[in-house]
Amino acid sequence: MNAAFPNATDLYCVLPELIWCAFGVFLMLVQPFIKSRPFLTFLALVGTLAGTAMSFVAASFYGPAFNGLIQMDAFSAFFHVLVGTVAFLVVLTAGPYLMREGLESAEFYALLLFATAGMGVLASSQELLTAFIGLELSSISSYILAGYRRDSLKSDESAMKYFLLGSFATAFFLYGIALVYGATGTTRLDHMLSADPAGNLLKLGLSMILIGLGFKVAIAPFQVWTPDVYEGAPTPVTALFAAGPKAAAFALILRIFATVPAATHYWFWAFWLLAILTMFVGNLGALVQTNVKRLLAYSSIAHAGYILVAFAAVTTMSQGGAPALPAYAAVLFYLLGYAVVKVGAFTVVSQLGGVGEKHLSLDDYAGLSQRHPVAAAALSLYLLSLLGLPVTAGFFGKFYIFKAAVNSNLIWLAILMAINSVIASYYYLRVIVVMYMRDPAAGAEPEATSTLRFPLTVNIVLAFTAIATIYFGLAPNQILRFILQPNLIGHLH
Amino acid sequence: MIPGGHLLSVIIFFPALGALTLLLLRGDDHVWIRRLAFVISLAEFAFSLMMLPKVAVAVKGYQLEEFGRWITSPPINYHLGVDGISLFLVILTTFLTAVSVLCSWVSIQKRVKEFFVMLLMLEVGVVGVFLSLDLFLFFLFWEVMLIPMAFLIGIWGHDRRLYAAMKFVLYTMAGSILMLVGIIWLYNVTGTFDLPAIQQALQANPLLLGSQATERLLFLAFFVAFAIKVPLFPLHTWLPDAHVEAPTAGSVILAGVLLKMGTYGMIRFCLPLFPDASRHYARPIAFLAIIGIIYGALVALVQPNLKKLVAYSSVSHLGFVVLGLFAFQQISMQGAVYQMLAHGISTGALFLLVGMLYDRRHTFEISEYGGLATPMPRLAAFFLFAALSSLGLPMLNGFIGEYLILLGTYIAHWQWATWAALGVILSACYLLWSYQRVFFGDITHDKNKDLPDTSVRERWILVTMAVVILWMGIFSPFITRRTDASVAHVLEQMKRNLMYEGALPPAPVTSPVISGAGSPNLPERPGTR
Repeated sequence: MNAAFPNATDLYCVLPELIWCAFGVFLMLVQPFIKSRPFLTFLALVGTLAGTAMSFVAASFYGPAFNGLIQMDAFSAFFHVLVGTVAFLVVLTAGPYLMREGLESAEFYALLLFATAGMGVLASSQELLTAFIGLELSSISSYILAGYRRDSLKSDESAMKYFLLGSFATAFFLYGIALVYGATGTTRLDHMLSADPAGNLLKLGLSMILIGLGFKVAIAPFQVWTPDVYEGAPTPVTALFAAGPKAAAFALILRIFATVPAATHYWFWAFWLLAILTMFVGNLGALVQTNVKRLLAYSSIAHAGYILVAFAAVTTMSQGGAPALPAYAAVLFYLLGYAVVKVGAFTVVSQLGGVGEKHLSLDDYAGLSQRHPVAAAALSLYLLSLLGLPVTAGFFGKFYIFKAAVNSNLIWLAILMAINSVIASYYYLRVIVVMYMRDPAAGAEPEATSTLRFPLTVNIVLAFTAIATIYFGLAPNQILRFILQPNLIGHLH
Repeated sequence: MIPGGHLLSVIIFFPALGALTLLLLRGDDHVWIRRLAFVISLAEFAFSLMMLPKVAVAVKGYQLEEFGRWITSPPINYHLGVDGISLFLVILTTFLTAVSVLCSWVSIQKRVKEFFVMLLMLEVGVVGVFLSLDLFLFFLFWEVMLIPMAFLIGIWGHDRRLYAAMKFVLYTMAGSILMLVGIIWLYNVTGTFDLPAIQQALQANPLLLGSQATERLLFLAFFVAFAIKVPLFPLHTWLPDAHVEAPTAGSVILAGVLLKMGTYGMIRFCLPLFPDASRHYARPIAFLAIIGIIYGALVALVQPNLKKLVAYSSVSHLGFVVLGLFAFQQISMQGAVYQMLAHGISTGALFLLVGMLYDRRHTFEISEYGGLATPMPRLAAFFLFAALSSLGLPMLNGFIGEYLILLGTYIAHWQWATWAALGVILSACYLLWSYQRVFFGDITHDKNKDLPDTSVRERWILVTMAVVILWMGIFSPFITRRTDASVAHVLEQMKRNLMYEGALPPAPVTSPVISGAGSPNLPERPGTR
């Protein structure tokens, strides 16, 4: 077999990425000739949807590709569909947003598609340098997207912060790869199965990798960038940040720490401490926020903490040698429910922000239920799901993480997570209280939002995410069957 | 007609269907919204009454069960069932909801449609809690019910409603999330969320929970959630705020039904599943219950706010229920179940009356009233009737419950009964004294001079309540006959005990029901661990 000449199967395995990239390039090429925004949006929708659909085709070619650089399995198929759907929804919500803010459409969509392709690579890579390429592809596109509102100082600040800190984190990631390579002689994860877990070099390398990826998923203490970047970035981009790169980076962490036995063994306390720290930083930080975007940013830090609880369970479960299926399932299900909800929530925020995103303060939401009942109801549903109230995807995800933690006898971690959920319920409920139980402030001029009608595409996003939120909460059987299959992660079997 | 096999599902989901229908009506068509809501709640009440002939008397265990697979991994089932204890709590819920719809007829003027939708959704949650036999399903309804209640307080409440709504949710949430951890832990040990299956497994193998410490922690995880709901002293501080700020209908449901979810949880989960831990903690719990009885009564005595007075009387009365449950006597536990129902009716009636006063004067301050018996003799008479039932006058419903509780508790621990009896005396003091200040004496405020007496609608509500109060006081066997077997079943399940070395019941001699079978087994068992 010659690595230089990929065969057809190899190409099928990266078909989603190929399509996303192709459409991205195509959009940039046609940009000078097409002035119609709806048509560009339509192209982007076709691109994201086609790539996502191709994930199912790619999924029928389970197995390693490109000499083991890529592993196509149920796990990566799951994340391809997830990030693809997120991208699709973000295009839908970005269409009217770009029009309102008077921003170029084509470049935005192209960058979005490249970022999605990068996330796809992250989710299916089985080799660290391939993963690095995926990470860079998604990150660099993200840096630009964060600063897409060039005229806005906040947006510039957001891009600059994200870029500087992000490159710093990427350097950590790269250095970690080098150290791991030094310790094991390989960068392929499936070749590290026999690595000596006690090696200091390996431990150091893996912790560097964890730092690099921890930055991407906003684990405390690497979370500092999150509120500023989320606040400054155009809101559809924030929706993407909260759902896409986070899911993809968590996918990579899961693949690394599920694969390398060295990894699972020593990382219990690291995950334990990071989980607690992240949960508390996120939730306590969110308590004092008055800007809805910042509030949701802190909440996404807290949710990274909840997911880390499942990671702690992964490490304890794996010690017996058996793969920690219930804990993997908890991570996957949680990310799914979380991504759907966050995209929905930021979509509402992006619409209510008004021109120039001026109306982001909690006070602007006072009495929203009277002015815009649909928006208020949808946002309440998402917040209740983030809070973890039954009949929503968020509740079942949280239930699964609790279950994984209790299964691994991490009762205290479960209790700390429970305490955090209570803290969190305060700030989520506060938003609902403001929307439903407070009348608009006397001085506020509600003109921007009072006459507001949501465009069709936005309503589609809201309907889709709302139905998905309830569907995953009420009838999770199909998803569970998929993510609980024993050969979820291909090369382990 | 309704197929008999799905009656319980119908009872749970009919109000949800009704709420959806309400949503279809135009928002400003208040008359028809009210009428439709009332019809729905009446029909729901009728459905719940249909359970009565179908539930066999003197049969222990669950009846009218419904079972369906829901989530495969972990195995979570849609499992419903009713027994003597939950039967009347469901009927109480549907009855009080219908009354609440009627009492909100004129007092709710803004966002009318949403109000009745919330009320009906609340009913779904509460009925679901009483009928679920799957722990996951139970928890689901337990949490779902929070949001409509918070909205009822937060949107249609009085001045400090936001604070009260938030406090209510946070308190309940704090307890219930720990209960969720407990439920999952219990699942981890027993391998199922199904309540009857867990009970059977525990009967077959009393050592299933592993160790005394596990059992106690599990007990506490459940108990704290329920104690917050009851509310047991010192977890009661959310209650006065929630009650005072809630609209009348909210208060009626809150006091009438929601508090019972806590005591229901205790008798349904804490006692049968963790008997050893229940006995271990019986003494401190009874201590807190007695403090609650006396403290609630004393605070009620000095309350200048009429609605807060009734709220604190709830703390006191629910203390009786907890005391009766944790005396572990057939009589006292029967009394506790009876007291749950009686308190729901009589305190509900008091809140209704206080709400009617508020509708006329827009204040709860006792000092604002005085001499009201002159302008409104009918309302005064009804108020006296409700107050007498609440303070436990024989022939009325409050008496039966308190009497049975004190009697049963006396058999086991006469000291507990003695202290608790103080609460009976105090309740007479605060109710009659406040009654005197509100209705007798001279009219001190001019505004009170020509307050209108009860309207026809109000009279219908009050007459219904009065009839129920009287009926429950006279025909109490109708209820106690049906709760008897279920309560005995709980006690029977509590016999499996003494499984952990050195765990003796606190007072084996004075509790014949428990010690009769339990103690002799002890010497033969030490090897089983």
